[in-house]
Amino acid sequence: MTGSPEPAPDAPGPAVVGRGRLGRWRDQAVALGWLVVVWNLLWGDINWANLVGGLLVGAAVLVFYPLPAVSFGGRLRPWPLLAFAGRFAVELVSASLHIARIAVQPGYRPRGAIIAVRLRVATDLNLALTAEVVSLVPGTLILEVDRDSGTLYLHVLDTHGPADLGVARARALAVERRIVRAVGSTSELRRLDVTSPEKGTRP
Amino acid sequence: MIATIADWLGAGCLVAGALLALAAGIGVLRFPDALSRMHAATKPQVLGVLLLLLGIALRLRSPADLGMILLVAVFQLATAPVAAQMIGRAAYRSGRLDRSLLDADELAERGPGSGSAGPA
Repeated sequence: MTGSPEPAPDAPGPAVVGRGRLGRWRDQAVALGWLVVVWNLLWGDINWANLVGGLLVGAAVLVFYPLPAVSFGGRLRPWPLLAFAGRFAVELVSASLHIARIAVQPGYRPRGAIIAVRLRVATDLNLALTAEVVSLVPGTLILEVDRDSGTLYLHVLDTHGPADLGVARARALAVERRIVRAVGSTSELRRLDVTSPEKGTRP
Repeated sequence: MIATIADWLGAGCLVAGALLALAAGIGVLRFPDALSRMHAATKPQVLGVLLLLLGIALRLRSPADLGMILLVAVFQLATAPVAAQMIGRAAYRSGRLDRSLLDADELAERGPGSGSAGPA
């Protein structure tokens, strides 16, 4: 792994620029560790052959398919993480049932809307995590991501007027808040409180 | 005793997951435009697959199978939104949506760069 040839011109963001080689190596080591775990799970048991094989395959993946660095600057907080997981499960079940119901309800034509939600913490990691979670919960679908301004464009299903748009926006921002509380850094947490959590209008 | 309970719970999860998958299929058929269909195609199915996996895990109960099931679940959760976003974006950019069904479209107000999106 000799300083993997990543496409540098693609604005890596201030957090990444400031990090030294050490941080980069740590990120790579963490990725390698996860790949070894995945490899062992795929084979169904953990033994020396699988560990060595996993290391080789993982290293090959990291060398031949380098990804832009997404570094993790925050820290894991167990309780908010648990709260996030629990809330996610509840929303997943209730929203799935809702979509399933309007799918089989006779003669019902759901309306939709496309809304812009501007996140308060516009790091790549937070943007990706929030987009994933928002998109996993039924009823909202990510259409477009504006990475520069940290804006998500969502399609919301089954709206009944302007009030529902505000509700959907607040829900997406609440997801972001829970994610930052669970895995964000302290400065990101502070940004949640400084910026007022109201409607994310464009500049 | 425990095994019987786990078997029954597993069976319940399997049926519930299958029902959600059925609802998703009906939704794909019935929803009016591409974007709403994407909701049906990707969403109840996420919970449906998770329930199916949980049901299978409750019936198989061997560590190797559990590891594999966990992997399937994680990759399902990680990749479903990506696929949905790709299709949704393609549908929007090629104008395959029914604007009469939209209450608002803040993506269209974004200005230049997305000018090719949608008819009219």
